[in-house]
Amino acid sequence: MMKITLAEVEHVARLARLELTLEEKERMRAQLDSILSHIDTLNELDTSAVEPTSHVLPMTNVFREDEATPSLAQEAALANAPDRHDLFFRVPRILEE
Amino acid sequence: MELNAQRSTLNAQFEAVIGLEVHAQLLTRSKIFCGCSAAFGAPPNSQTCPVCLGMPGSLPVLNRRAVEFALKTALALGCDITSACRFHRKNYFYPDMPKNYQISQYELPLAWRGSIKLPADGATRRIRIHRLHLEEDVGKLLHAGTLQEADYSLVDFNRSGVPLMEIVSEPDIRTPEEAGEYLRQLRAILVYLEVCDGNMEEGSLRCDANVSLRRVGSEELGVKAEVKNMNSFKNVQKALAYEIQRQTQILEEGGRIVQETRLWDADQELTLSMRSKEYAHDYRYFPEPDLVPLTSSPQRIDEIRATLPELPQQRRARFVREYGIPDYDAAVLTASRPLADYYETVARASREPKLASNWVMVELLGHLNKDGRDITESPIPPAELTAMLTLLRRGTISGKIAKTVFEQMYQTGKSADLIVKEQGLTQISDQDELRRIVEEVLAAHPGPVADYRKGKVQSLTFLVGMVMKASRGKANPQVANELLIARLKGEESGGNG
Repeated sequence: MMKITLAEVEHVARLARLELTLEEKERMRAQLDSILSHIDTLNELDTSAVEPTSHVLPMTNVFREDEATPSLAQEAALANAPDRHDLFFRVPRILEE
Repeated sequence: MELNAQRSTLNAQFEAVIGLEVHAQLLTRSKIFCGCSAAFGAPPNSQTCPVCLGMPGSLPVLNRRAVEFALKTALALGCDITSACRFHRKNYFYPDMPKNYQISQYELPLAWRGSIKLPADGATRRIRIHRLHLEEDVGKLLHAGTLQEADYSLVDFNRSGVPLMEIVSEPDIRTPEEAGEYLRQLRAILVYLEVCDGNMEEGSLRCDANVSLRRVGSEELGVKAEVKNMNSFKNVQKALAYEIQRQTQILEEGGRIVQETRLWDADQELTLSMRSKEYAHDYRYFPEPDLVPLTSSPQRIDEIRATLPELPQQRRARFVREYGIPDYDAAVLTASRPLADYYETVARASREPKLASNWVMVELLGHLNKDGRDITESPIPPAELTAMLTLLRRGTISGKIAKTVFEQMYQTGKSADLIVKEQGLTQISDQDELRRIVEEVLAAHPGPVADYRKGKVQSLTFLVGMVMKASRGKANPQVANELLIARLKGEESGGNG
């Protein structure tokens, strides 16, 4: 019995905007299942007294001062734009039909 | 469905449960994670860099002042500060956000559990604050027509990365009016702290609302709708009134409320369902690996607490106590910090706090509101208004003349002294000159003089009016009054004797 259903694979794929064939979905399902099984192994450890770690470095409070520095020139900012209109980025229709 | 948004009487079976999410743009010079300017109104895409454009390999670094502003606000709202908080990535796809995630805070926000007190019929209502956190703003979209019709949209990333503070209330609000009052109080606090300019129309203060209904007496929460796109205090109240009506009607007809996001349409005055995508709320938050935890030590919190200014409600209470003005006046005068400062300067310098309150509220605010100007743009500085009030207090000019002088000060920017001198507006208190005018008036109006002697006291008012008219408003009305009485009575007694 796999830990993950095909519907869950489809849900995650949709969130990531991935279009998968049925074959790919099955392959992903097997891979995700093996990852989750490995997590199960890790879960055997008692971590109740351990703070969740979000960062491995013992650092806090890295700041920059509130000073405005020069920005990119508009042309440079737009240089990689797949589409543009004057000085704006242009994107396709947002709402689904 | 036909609905009447004006009909605001809620069916007595149900009560509304409202929670507000407010986003406030912080008044920093630069963005929250990069050095691009955070100024409003620059040409499109002129304030961007690899960080706020989401270029691969770029790294965010937190703006110190943004944190300070958020801590200040949290303390002013009585929140508990989280000693060590984190940033999270909120993942979703939308073209206003080039990274495809927004850096926000999730399970460890900067602060929790505060409150705002609303004055309500002599008592106060406490609206609890659930949480306060920092996040980055997204870019601005321009649609070709409406979002529904547009074939394409244009993106300006100048706003992307501008620091935002999100303040979420508990669902303690019960009416649209209370929601409006909560927003006004919150706005006043933000503006007093000088952390946000509070401009709803320009989007520096934005408000979303969660609205549900429940049977009166029930503790359970109903299914809620999230209402967005209300860009003024008035619209928030209208949108909430509409939404309450809409839900009431559905429930009365035995229907069910669908959990969804609805957009307020200010032109049609109704909320419209935003066709929701099934997975819209699956944000897959995870800790932002590029930003280290943020800690606030007790010393740091004390340092910031020491910088808190007097807040609007405290100042309002003090104005009532110290200057003896009515609570309503104090509320108006403390609506913004510059206005309260203006009033307080005049009240102290003129030593006439009540007179100052009347002139600032009625004349000055009346003129400024008519011209759509803010107190900071007043053509009359506090010292000049004080000088005018001093002339009035000393009796150099009458109340009536003062209005003329004020009008000219406002229009020309000249000082009261100069206007009075140039136009000879000094009040006539000089007995000899007034006596001469009184004689003229008595001679010209034998009818009323006779009436007065027959006991018709009202004739005196008419005669005083004639003296004022003859002096072109410059007569000291009190002196004129005394002279008239003395003259009328004197003649009477003379005639009898």
